[in-house]
Amino acid sequence: MSKTYVHAPGFVAGDRPKIVTSRFEFADSYTLERYLATDGYKGLRAALSRPANEIHEDVKSATVLGRGGAGFPAGTKWGLTPQQVWPRYLVVNGDESEPGTYKDRLLMERDPHQLIEGCLIACYAAGLSQCFLYIRGEMAVAQERVVTALNEAYVAGYIGKNILGSKFSVDIILHWGAGAYVVGEETALIESLEGNRGMPRLKPPFFPAANGLYGQPTIVNNVETLANLPWLLTHGVAAYTAIGTKTSPGTRMVAVSGHVKRPGVYEIINGTTTFRDLIYGEEFSGGIRNGNLLKAFVPGGGSAPWFTEDQLDLPFEASQVGPAGSMLGSGAVMVMDETTDIPAAALTLTHFYAHESCGKCTPCREGGTWLERILRRVVEGDGTDADLQQLLEVGAMICPGAFPHAANEKLGLTAVPFPYKMTTICFVGPSAYAPVHSALTLFRSEFEARVKKRVTIPVTAVAGVAANARVSA
Amino acid sequence: MSRLSDTNIKLAHEIIVRYPRPKSALIPLLHLSQEQNGYITREAMQHLGELVGVTSAEVYGTASFYEMFKFEPVGKYLINICGTMSCALMGANELMHHAEKKLGVKAGGTTPDGVFTLAHAECQAACTEAPTLQVNYRYRLRVTPADLDRLIDNLRDGKLNDEFPPHGVLSKVRQSIDATRAVGAKAPEDVNESPAWLDGKAAL
Amino acid sequence: MTIVDPIKETAPVDPNIVNITINDKPVAARKGELIIAAADRTEDFIPRFCYHPRMTPVGMCRQCLVEVETPRGPMMVVSCMTPVAEGQIVHTATDSVKKAQEGVLELLLANHPLDCPVCDKGGECPLQDQAFSHGPGESRFVEEKRHYEKPIAISDIVYLDRERCILCDRCTRFADEVAGDALITFTSRGNDTQVLTFPDEPFSSYFSGNTVQICPVGALTAKPYRFKARPWDLEQTESTCTSCSVGCRTVVQSSRDELVRYQGVDIDPVNWGWLCDRGRYNFESVNSPDRLTTPLIKSGSELVATSWSVALESAARMIRLALAQNTNSVAILGGARGTNEDAFAWAMLADKLGINQRDAQLGDGLSPEVFNLAQATIDQTCAASTIILLAPDLKEELPVLYLRVRDAAQKRKSRIVEFSSHDSGLTPYAWRSVGFEPGNQAQIVRDALATPEMKEQLTRGEVVVVVGRANLAESEVFTLQALAEIFAAVPSAKVLPVLRRGNVRGAVTAGLTPQNNSGDAIDILNAAAAGKIECLILLGVDPMSDVADSGLVQRALTQTKNLISIDTMINDSNRNADLVLPAASYGEKNGTTTNLEGRISNVAQKITPCGTSRPDWMIATELSIAMAVDIGVSSLEDLNKKLVSTVAAFAPSSDAKSTHGDGVLMARETPVTISGKASKAVDRNAYNYRLVVSRTMYDSAQATVSSPSLAGIITDSAIFVNPLDLARIGVADGASVRVGAEGTNIVIAIKAHNGVHRGVAWLPFNHTGVDIRPLLNITSDVVDVRIEPIK
Repeated sequence: MSKTYVHAPGFVAGDRPKIVTSRFEFADSYTLERYLATDGYKGLRAALSRPANEIHEDVKSATVLGRGGAGFPAGTKWGLTPQQVWPRYLVVNGDESEPGTYKDRLLMERDPHQLIEGCLIACYAAGLSQCFLYIRGEMAVAQERVVTALNEAYVAGYIGKNILGSKFSVDIILHWGAGAYVVGEETALIESLEGNRGMPRLKPPFFPAANGLYGQPTIVNNVETLANLPWLLTHGVAAYTAIGTKTSPGTRMVAVSGHVKRPGVYEIINGTTTFRDLIYGEEFSGGIRNGNLLKAFVPGGGSAPWFTEDQLDLPFEASQVGPAGSMLGSGAVMVMDETTDIPAAALTLTHFYAHESCGKCTPCREGGTWLERILRRVVEGDGTDADLQQLLEVGAMICPGAFPHAANEKLGLTAVPFPYKMTTICFVGPSAYAPVHSALTLFRSEFEARVKKRVTIPVTAVAGVAANARVSA
Repeated sequence: MSRLSDTNIKLAHEIIVRYPRPKSALIPLLHLSQEQNGYITREAMQHLGELVGVTSAEVYGTASFYEMFKFEPVGKYLINICGTMSCALMGANELMHHAEKKLGVKAGGTTPDGVFTLAHAECQAACTEAPTLQVNYRYRLRVTPADLDRLIDNLRDGKLNDEFPPHGVLSKVRQSIDATRAVGAKAPEDVNESPAWLDGKAAL
Repeated sequence: MTIVDPIKETAPVDPNIVNITINDKPVAARKGELIIAAADRTEDFIPRFCYHPRMTPVGMCRQCLVEVETPRGPMMVVSCMTPVAEGQIVHTATDSVKKAQEGVLELLLANHPLDCPVCDKGGECPLQDQAFSHGPGESRFVEEKRHYEKPIAISDIVYLDRERCILCDRCTRFADEVAGDALITFTSRGNDTQVLTFPDEPFSSYFSGNTVQICPVGALTAKPYRFKARPWDLEQTESTCTSCSVGCRTVVQSSRDELVRYQGVDIDPVNWGWLCDRGRYNFESVNSPDRLTTPLIKSGSELVATSWSVALESAARMIRLALAQNTNSVAILGGARGTNEDAFAWAMLADKLGINQRDAQLGDGLSPEVFNLAQATIDQTCAASTIILLAPDLKEELPVLYLRVRDAAQKRKSRIVEFSSHDSGLTPYAWRSVGFEPGNQAQIVRDALATPEMKEQLTRGEVVVVVGRANLAESEVFTLQALAEIFAAVPSAKVLPVLRRGNVRGAVTAGLTPQNNSGDAIDILNAAAAGKIECLILLGVDPMSDVADSGLVQRALTQTKNLISIDTMINDSNRNADLVLPAASYGEKNGTTTNLEGRISNVAQKITPCGTSRPDWMIATELSIAMAVDIGVSSLEDLNKKLVSTVAAFAPSSDAKSTHGDGVLMARETPVTISGKASKAVDRNAYNYRLVVSRTMYDSAQATVSSPSLAGIITDSAIFVNPLDLARIGVADGASVRVGAEGTNIVIAIKAHNGVHRGVAWLPFNHTGVDIRPLLNITSDVVDVRIEPIK
């Protein structure tokens, strides 16, 4: 049965396994008292009772997938640090800001001790000697909850020197951002944590696991990823992998927003739940509002190419969503019904990414803004048919080659699989193009209806050809 | 006075020593300074440069990258209305138009009494609760025009002072690490050994 | 029996070679090298804006995209951040690469104003050139471009036009990473990103001109060159800067027979392409309207123009008259400003005439015996495990050497151990910085090197001592003593002598140094002051402003019967000379010069000498003829041949080509060891302050004062003390105080300075405003001063 709680707005509980949301039903779930009363810090105790490398093995064999967007297995990531290089750091990515995504904030506000315990387990298992918990700047309440929990946990001996009286010692430092989406990218997050402008670094050579914070091996993990660890350690690998599928075990948090009857955040079973379940299922969003028809949906946060009803039966499983032309990203489904103004919707996203460009790579800095300006002109009715082609050509400067998109039976399109090629360091530039490309590919007629047919006058900087022709004539 | 106050200098030093390198404390210190003055002043940036050992230009370079840092005074309450996808789908534009009318300023403007600054914002991570807004980075969800009117009236009447501290204040609680519990930060070049617990044995 | 291919068997396998192919052609790359750097040694040019071989790559402009083959097909990578790998296959010109490169260029041009016709960079602009070679040929950007206020002055010298800026991070990276002056930075974000200084804090870096040179567009321009010339009107020649003794390689550019610009040339052993602003912009002094155009001769109380024949006859007569007394009645001061050939010609003339009293140093250098110690080059210094600084502030006096040493410390190749009496530009990068009070450095050095951690450090590898005179108000004995202490602790140490004057090492080696145990510059001046010098020849020196004890110089010049000056302008020393001969300046003559490490490289003539001025060597030659002691030189080539065959140190430069490019190191004799003379400084009365006088980059040196772009940067004299001492004196920062020593005193502004140690007072030398030289009595070993508030 679905259930909501006043103290956790947006969260919808169901009769499904709860790995990270088990305490959401309690109004005081963020206190140490409640945490300890509900198996809190049991996972840590279990971890410290075994050698660190065994814990790392557990996380590897449980295939805990990263929940930040890339879906890379956490245990494998930890193993990428070079041998015998010290110190190593843990950086917690709590800079949730991908459009459509709403889960890490809930986890930080509702169950901060679970996150802290996850951090401690990760530090123990991977030999990380200091942890920085980077929370998005615009989340004052999440900061309050986490910092209160940190203060309590320090006093109670769960963080700091000789944790639980053991030889394990680690500090967790709360750090908070100041408003820049791109800092959610792990190398930009590291720059920001070093006190710099949050501009991404190129990987390679700056793979954080080898060359991260202060040039040291650094593990950057998402909040939800780490929140999985206490349960995993308390209940064991077998219990964890019994949920979900082999390649996508456990659960994951998904937010469904937009034109659905009941937008909400759900902890779903990984790998098997389909988009149709999420959008239409009674225990989830219960269908499109007002009985309207579905027009399109974004399956994995604002950066993801769009799907239509043709893709509703795909499960939440990267190995199927990728070939279908999009990505699962950060667990964010945004639903558009038949009333949606598609060019305008695409514009909100393109504006977002153009605005959030850090300015480092030319194609993103110049191309993103250019896309936005053309698209805005089209949306406002001042565009021409040449602008539609121009959008695709500017996009191709950011992402050369075929751009991923979904199959569409009505339009006779076959899917172009994820990922795209890109001329930029990070995905912000391509993300400005993704909504434009999806909207133009799947709903071109809506754009055509918006623009004027005009004879275009070519703007040419090399008049050479024409001039020479005249001379020789 | 827009350099840090003596109390805040003490806090600043507490924050700086938590990091292996002082410059890492820059963003937290900018927040501290914004908390003190409501915005980031020129003198504050110079002071922070001295505290973490970088030039004022470097402080400015970092600070100006991040949207939360304001270089001119803003209202006591900064109202950020989200306009990204999910909120846009659920009526954010209409909400913004209503707010502009109600406050008598355009997005980006501050009311003449200096109480409110109205601004467009990007995704606030509450997409299922659209349309959303934040007052000094604290949420109001599924906001209707009527909700907005009530909110503004109540803020103006001081009825919500407990919930919404003035602009610049984020977490009302500060991290405090007792010296007896802290492991302490060291510059990375001063650490050459593997952590004590990686000895192949259980820690407990 | 197996037949082994002898070539395969014996060919050495270089473990550092990585074999790759670029556009199907094999390329031998170095291990760890970037693709773009490897490609630079082939015909296949990869376009680029942000990449600069002397700075950390950032992969920002995305112009250098190429394709690398991978098991999953061709992958597009930026060649400026992708290292080579064995067997790597790189394509730089496939259709998709071309398309990507064209795309980036179109985007870079989207917001770039098309003001090339009025842009100084036009004609030598990487953006313009690469738009032509690698661009799409047309722009589809019809939107309005970004607008900013047209150029804003970000310093006294540099202007920034943000509309032209393509945000490549070269200038900002240079400022932070190379110069250590992070005074310009990116501000704002995304499409609004712009380079700026902090409001009202200018980009006052000694190295700001380099940002103008490496800017790939016309965003940064420098005042001395703005709207002066077009690249296609420029003529240029490669040369070596002689503003100080680092010997940076430069290109000297002229237009219509007037110098208009110097640019740095990248050579590995010295300057890596960088120049300091003083060296870069003091070409203005060559063009100064104050340059002498004809010889001047004393007539009554005035100097009047005369012909060269009259002037040379007069000079010969003055010298002859003096020599008639005895050979000690003639002395030659200077020679460090000229070429090796200039110095050698004068040394030959002096030899012929039996003049022993000659000195290219002016009492502020070190005994030439430092040249005979085991020597280190700049490269060897910057590769040493430990660099010991017993030297003036390199940032102020030898700026590009500062960049090199700073780089070595920043990249953790070397650890700096600094001994100083006030903080230097390198103090922030020093591993250990040990303070001393002038006079006690030997003791301090001995104790510091005896600590266990220091002993351990000194055994880690090579140790190089950078040694020079850090304090004009102190005897050189203390420095030599301290140096001896270092050698006692590390007998295998090498030295890099840092004597600052342009060609001082060349001049001394060529023979302009005291001969047959005669006295040095100070002895000469003392002799002159005592009326014992009949004829004094100032060879391109202005001792009135360059010697610490100006009182002594004043007496010496007044007492000298006949004063001959060979110089480019009238100055305080030759204003009352009996004869002034106009000398050709830098850029007006050919020859070779020698830098502080003994590197011989050529200087080149680009423009016609001003008026009738001529090079020093020619004046010596003609004078020798006039005096009937012909030194037998008919041309510069002739003279150079004589030099390389006579003076063994110069022999390696016998092939003129060797002095081009990197230049060639002097031959070195078997090193000798140093033994410090014992000397002890008097104890300081606790109420007094021990004086440190040193030079800064912008002082009243002739070349700086007569370069309009630099003259305005020179600051007024002030005395600097530790803030705690300022409190003890009881005056406000910036107040006027009375500073007294041995019967004289001056009134001067006092300023607090955290880098000045307690008990020490630092006075920058030769600044404008108050004349500080009355305090400098260089016959005492140290100078102590009283500082009193003015009631």
